[in-house]
Amino acid sequence: MTTRRGAIIATLGVSVFGLPRATIATPQMRDEAIAAITSGAPVGDGRVTLTIPGIAENGLSVYTTVAVDSPMTAADHVRAIHIIAEQNPIARLVTFRLGPRAGAAKVSTNIRLAASQHVTALAELSDGSFWRDAKPVVVTLAACVDGG
Amino acid sequence: MSLAIARVSMPAEARRGAVIDIKAIIRHPMETGYRPDSMGRRIPRHIIEQFWVTYGGTEVFGMDLTQGVAANPFFAFSILATETAELVFTWRDDRGEVFTVTKHLTVTE
Repeated sequence: MTTRRGAIIATLGVSVFGLPRATIATPQMRDEAIAAITSGAPVGDGRVTLTIPGIAENGLSVYTTVAVDSPMTAADHVRAIHIIAEQNPIARLVTFRLGPRAGAAKVSTNIRLAASQHVTALAELSDGSFWRDAKPVVVTLAACVDGG
Repeated sequence: MSLAIARVSMPAEARRGAVIDIKAIIRHPMETGYRPDSMGRRIPRHIIEQFWVTYGGTEVFGMDLTQGVAANPFFAFSILATETAELVFTWRDDRGEVFTVTKHLTVTE
């Protein structure tokens, strides 16, 4: 039976979030995104430093910096840095492609976060190894709501 | 045709071997494709998909973006000063529009 209350809730379920809830990424999608980048190679903890606010008042723009401990020489450098979310519509938010001519492995940008979650920074090194750092972020105003 | 405005901040001169900090920003909606308009129709996705930097004609830095990057995307990164040459910063969006900024870097010994 369709009640007025039910109809309102059903409408909210789509319009408040701007997209069906089912399209929000899950930690499984985060793991799949990481596996797609690493081809299943092991990922070490360390060498990567993710700097992101612990409380993000505005999920539409969260200033994020990733630094990797690397000499950035031709023999030993960072090839790529990925920022990965677990509660956004898509898991892989952005990829930076670096090389020895970047001089330093430190990058920043503003990302969108649809909900409070852990954000992961994943670095791909020239020796084929992968390293990561993850930080929890509490989002006060989520992206993907109306006006986002 | 576009109202997009791109800006790059970097030093004009650096010593050879120095790591220079670069900041780049472009005015762009980065429309996610998830938002409905006032009629409830989905607003089509419109995002910058790629950004790259060439230095003396060689690509030295690049990015692959998604709708997970905020509107008016801002990037900070670094480049190793190796030679006096032009740096060309290019943004390309998913409608095929390309925006470029060219900067000259003088490298001293």
